[in-house]
Amino acid sequence: MTAMLEMRAVSKDFAGVRALRDVNFTVTAGEIHALVGENGAGKSTLMKVLSGVYPAGHYEGTIIFDSEERRFRDINDSERLGIIIIHQELALIPLLSIAENIFLAHPPSRLGVIDRHTVYRRTRELLAQVGLRESPDTLITDLGVGKQQLVEIAKALSKRVRLLILDEPTASLNEADSAALLDRLVAFREQGIASILISHKLNEVAKVADRITVLRDGRTVDSIDCRTEKVEEDRIIRSMVDRDLAHRFPERQAGIGNPVLEVEDWSVRHPLHPERQAIKNVDFVVRSGEVVGIAGLMGAGRTEFAMSLFGRAWGAGINGRIRLDGRDVHLTSVPAAIDAGLAYVTEDRKQLGLILSDDIRKNITLASLGRVSSRGVIDDFRELKAASEYRTRMRIRSQDVYQEAGQLSGGNQQKVVLSKWLMTDPKVLILDEPTRGIDVGAKYEIYSIINGLAEAGKGVVVISSEMAELIGICDRIYVMNDGAFVGEFAGSEATQEKIMRAIMHNQRLAKAHGKEKRVGEMQS
Amino acid sequence: MTDKSVSLPDERKGGSFLKNNLRNYGMLLSLFAIMLFFEIMTDGTLMQPLNLTNLVLQNSYIVIMALGMLLVIVTGHIDLSVGSVSGFVGAVAAVLMVHYHVDFPLAVIACLIVGAAIGAAQGYWVAYFGIPSFIVTLAGMLVFKGLALAVLQGQSVGPFPPTFQKLSSGFIAEVFPGIGTLHPTSLSIGIVLALALVYASAKGRAREQSHGIEAEPYALFFAKSVALSCVVLYFTYLIASYRGFPNVLVIMAALIALYGFVTRRTVIGRQIYAVGGNAKAAKLSGIKTERLTFFTFVNMGVLAALAGLVFAARLNTATPKAGTGFELDVIAACFIGGASAYGGVGRVGGAVVGAMIMGVMNNGMSILGIGIDYQQVIKGLVLLGAVCFDVYNQRR
Repeated sequence: MTAMLEMRAVSKDFAGVRALRDVNFTVTAGEIHALVGENGAGKSTLMKVLSGVYPAGHYEGTIIFDSEERRFRDINDSERLGIIIIHQELALIPLLSIAENIFLAHPPSRLGVIDRHTVYRRTRELLAQVGLRESPDTLITDLGVGKQQLVEIAKALSKRVRLLILDEPTASLNEADSAALLDRLVAFREQGIASILISHKLNEVAKVADRITVLRDGRTVDSIDCRTEKVEEDRIIRSMVDRDLAHRFPERQAGIGNPVLEVEDWSVRHPLHPERQAIKNVDFVVRSGEVVGIAGLMGAGRTEFAMSLFGRAWGAGINGRIRLDGRDVHLTSVPAAIDAGLAYVTEDRKQLGLILSDDIRKNITLASLGRVSSRGVIDDFRELKAASEYRTRMRIRSQDVYQEAGQLSGGNQQKVVLSKWLMTDPKVLILDEPTRGIDVGAKYEIYSIINGLAEAGKGVVVISSEMAELIGICDRIYVMNDGAFVGEFAGSEATQEKIMRAIMHNQRLAKAHGKEKRVGEMQS
Repeated sequence: MTDKSVSLPDERKGGSFLKNNLRNYGMLLSLFAIMLFFEIMTDGTLMQPLNLTNLVLQNSYIVIMALGMLLVIVTGHIDLSVGSVSGFVGAVAAVLMVHYHVDFPLAVIACLIVGAAIGAAQGYWVAYFGIPSFIVTLAGMLVFKGLALAVLQGQSVGPFPPTFQKLSSGFIAEVFPGIGTLHPTSLSIGIVLALALVYASAKGRAREQSHGIEAEPYALFFAKSVALSCVVLYFTYLIASYRGFPNVLVIMAALIALYGFVTRRTVIGRQIYAVGGNAKAAKLSGIKTERLTFFTFVNMGVLAALAGLVFAARLNTATPKAGTGFELDVIAACFIGGASAYGGVGRVGGAVVGAMIMGVMNNGMSILGIGIDYQQVIKGLVLLGAVCFDVYNQRR
């Protein structure tokens, strides 16, 4: 098959730092080409060169598309040829409808007046194509992340896409939504649309990719043709990190002690819809030295549960009992929860975890300023010492502790957030999606940190949408669905099938139950 | 994972230190450039002792309010009502002292409490109800402008008792009277201050080095210290050769030092910046974001009241028009001084320098006889230019 796209010997410098070195990269028509590599390996840079974000002249090498050399001046040049990039951070406008978003830039119009009829008809066609059953009038803000992703793809299709570039499209999707999205890519392949898939989830890559290119430190280090070779995740990981990862999850000596956190009969109402019971009379235990997982689909109520425990940071009408180290506690505010020894590492690092414009040092000490100050005055040196210690201990890779948090890679940002919470010296840490959007090497480090915490006798709760991860690191796994626990497994017994079955079984039950209830209401 | 894959430089060089602090030095340099420009254009009138003293008196209330406004802006809010509030408080002071003959200290305290209450009333809606500060304080601007008119019944009220006038028009008492035309008390305070500043920064630098922290390069430190003490001494000399330090300068200096310390060194200061940087993250880190926002408004109210008193004392009368348009100068001072409109960024020193740039320009242009019309045009362009420079710097 002839190459649709050929990038030859592409190099790119940033202020003396080589981001790409002589990268060769080809995509043939109608293939799914996965691009993998650690954060900072150069994947995004390569895609920005391709899409014209870095205009011709700002990099070395040549781009050949449709057997012609192309010199893109900006992103419009590449879009004209059908090269469309969908970034990790979605670029939709929340308060506009699906149709308005899809035809935002160039709505079909007559004499400058938007032709609503055509807009709706085309939107319906596009939504059918991506398999999204929503009205074109639905506002983006009313859609979940998975559906928003599909709207982005529909938007790309509206521009007659020939090469679709997806940067971590499934990072914030649950397994069902991810699978649906990948099915779309396969369907596009049949229509001759090629895709470049950037992903950290190797199981997905292995499932759909025709070819896999591995980047490391700005170089192509491996290329696998999945149609002729067998895909081994270990081989990919090895080339990504230049290290044999015999185990993706580090070993840990289990030393489980007494319960540190006991939650009984915990119920929470939705703050905006008080009639909705978000968390339904839940019981929950974490012992010291134990890593407990909470599995579930997106929207199962895991984050809401965790935040309601953390000083009632979410929810209304909260009822139930919390015991820490066997003593009843009333955690009515976040400071009270922190003082009592609870820490909650948020799911969304950038929005809720970090102050991106502040440096590493200020971020680390933010939740425990009392420890580096006396009588309200911060001791610069004590603060610097504490921050530097965590930087070394957690292996935060940065120039120094004065570097802005916003400049760090995802893995290092997560380590900064973890440092912040370790510094509060908590008894129990709740980690919400601690490895989302983090490369394999950094994931391993985060797992090691989690193990270290458990070995130090802390109780660790991990909320994750990656079941393999929970099975790999947890001693015990709760399965949550619709605000209640529907299963509990020992880590050694748990399998992905068992967890999914627990969720699905419960969903069927709920449906059947709902039907009965409706019938009952009609009769009375 | 091994560290060999990363090759980031571990030490920074002197050049990069300068570059990282360019914004702060840049501000000072532009102030000097502007002063030099007007000094030349006005044939030396700008820096004459009398004019310099007037410059301080004219801008004191702007500087005082800029300190409070900086905190408000850093938390990500704005206060449009400060001009009206200062006018209203000036009116209240006049009515208390002139009509009801309340003692000067008692009246001042009452006025500061009124300011705090106004700040609390506005901060309450902003902090606890999440109503945009722009709207709350726009309402406040109208309300207090109207109330000032009502309190004064549309007339100017004055004059104030002489003790109160001293707040603005007084100078510090002379301990060694009768020695030449220079005021020795002010002069010696200036000398002590210059020495103290150099000593403090030398000590801080030594402490940094003993902890192994990158300190600014020695040459830069030396040049900075010499320049700083020269400026302080020269300024002192000029002021001392007129009537010595004005009282209000002492108040101003004390407030600048206090707010500089609070913002840079205290827990509460750090937390204010965190709220402005990312309120949600700050809240989940155990910071009482609402309460902090509330207190920045209370603080703003108190400082607006103080500024209102200083202004009334300077005019020696409270007029219904007092305070009109002050908020614009105060907000402009903060933004020229490098505060970010998105919150989380801004320095006390910057706001003070920003206020002085505005003040010098007002003064210089008036001496040059430029009409009030073009003065405003030029000031507007300077504001835009300063912020553009900032945005350009951050993009790099």
